[in-house]
Order: sequence, then C-alpha cells, then structure tokens
Amino acid sequence: MKEVFSVGGKELTSRLLIGSGKYSTNKLIPSILEAAGSQVITMAMRRVDTEFAEENILNYVPSGCVLMPNTSGARNAQEAIRIARLARAAGCGDWVKIEVISDNRYLLPDNYETIRATEVLAGEGFQVFPYMSPDLMVAKELERVGAAAVMPLGAPIGSNRGLQTRELVRILIEEISLPIIVDAGIGRPSEAAEAMEMGAAAVLVNTAVATAKDPVAMARAFGLAVEAGRLSYLAGPGATHQVARASSPLTGFLREE
Amino acid sequence: MNIVYNGKVITLPKEITIDQFIQDKGFNPNTIIIEHNFSLITKNDWSKLILQENDQLEVLRFVGGG
Repeated sequence: MKEVFSVGGKELTSRLLIGSGKYSTNKLIPSILEAAGSQVITMAMRRVDTEFAEENILNYVPSGCVLMPNTSGARNAQEAIRIARLARAAGCGDWVKIEVISDNRYLLPDNYETIRATEVLAGEGFQVFPYMSPDLMVAKELERVGAAAVMPLGAPIGSNRGLQTRELVRILIEEISLPIIVDAGIGRPSEAAEAMEMGAAAVLVNTAVATAKDPVAMARAFGLAVEAGRLSYLAGPGATHQVARASSPLTGFLREE
Repeated sequence: MNIVYNGKVITLPKEITIDQFIQDKGFNPNTIIIEHNFSLITKNDWSKLILQENDQLEVLRFVGGG
C-alpha cells in the first residue's frame, strides 16, 4: 500500500506537486500530471489581456486534482490576500500558495509580507502554503500563524540551478514540524531525489518539466525520483566514512601468505 | 459614463449590466472571473448588476503558473 502524505487537510499519495506555467500548450497538462503521478497543480490568476478572453487553464485540469492557486503578481500581503479570496470564491477550494515578490531580478519572496498574508488567510480557514526564503525564524513564525506547510526555495524561480539552499533547507526539515516542500529552482530529478532523501515532505516543480525537451518523459522521471528519494529517506542511508570499509570478508583469501 | 476596467478608465455609452458588458467584449462566460468593486460576482448575478459611474471592474482568468 502506498504511504499517505497528509497535508492541508488532504490525504495524498504523491509527493510531487506540479506547476502549470510555461507549457507550449495547456493540452499537455493531463499527460504531465499522469506521467508525474501528481495530484496537486498550481496556477495563477491574471487579467484577461486582450479583447478576447483566452482559454482558462482549469478546463485542462483533470477532476479530482487538488488546485493550488498562487498569488503571483502580489507585491505585498494585501494584494496576496485579495487574490487568495478571489480564487477561493471562484471555486478553487481552500488551498493557496502565497507568493509575495517585489524583487524582479531574483524573484525572491518577501518573507515579512508572506508571514502577514499567511496569518490573515489561515485565520479565514485557508490552507496556506507560503513560498519563502529558507530562514529558521521565519519558518517558525509561519508555523505559529497557522501555515499548512512551509515552502522554501532551492534556487531562484525558473533557474534550474538545484538545491543551492541545501543547508538552510536541512535546518528547516530538522527544526520545523510542518511539512517542508521544496519549491523553486529544482532543475533535475536527481536534485528532487536529494531533497526527498534529506527528509523534505514533497517537492514542487514547474520549469524543469515544462522546459525539458520531452516534458512528459521528464514528468515521469521526476515522479520516480521523488518516490526513490522518499523511499531512501525512510530506509535510512548508512553512515559515511573517510576511508574504505571492505564489502567482502577480509579473511580466507585464496593467496600465499 | 466612465468605469475602471482592468485598471484603465474606459467610457461606456450607456448603463449596461455586467452580463451585457461581457457579451459586448466577446468573452466566454465559462472561462472568466468577475470582480466588481473588490468583490467577486458569481455568474448568476451578472445580469442583475448594472455598472455605475466610477465602478471598478476586473475581468480575470486562471492561467498557467508555478
């Protein structure tokens, strides 16, 4: 039987969350989710930007999938709260990924405004998933104000640079009792496996899949990597040593002494 | 009559409902979200609400995003 991942009031079996941005066509989304084995998908809310409304991404999301609207575009807590309330009222459920960003070059989250938005929305019954720069005190504060999980970045959004924040994420995993979901920067399945092996509860990936030469195959690779990393974490890797420790017996050699 | 539509001031020739506004713009009602003066208006109420001078209207949709 598959291990259950309880988060935000849901019981999931997959620990890979998928972002829906940057695909050449939204028609790919069902095959991406299936290949990845994912049950959670993120999306953004935007103004219609032409005289003709474009298609709504929700039309391509299989029913039964947990929707995680993000608050991208928000520059402060107030804007994030407005987007979250609209998304819930529009029928997205009560999950929300808080994303408050005012830095355009590295797209680093504003931890202070993120805490404020998390507190207000958790108080309104939302399951709040704050995207944050890994910092122990901020994570503790997010836990105190009622976040459902904490989502530290591995590297800047869309950079595919991997787990650059490894040590800080490790500390969050050790010290915070909420699920730690590594979000942003993961570029390869091996990096997702590493995060899971460290004890991350889940991984959220978008660009790495969407910009791969074959996004559906890459989605599958990420699904396998996350599962392998989780299994390895549960299995408990052995200790490391500076010098060799023979795997074969050191007695009974077939040789002249 | 002027309203603020998606952050820009536009002029409407006459008083119309949100429903009519959406039809005039050619939007597919199934893919959009309407916020009127900072509250979400569900589809059932689009035909009941007549736009007034200086109203703030947002026409939104969900798009791909991480």
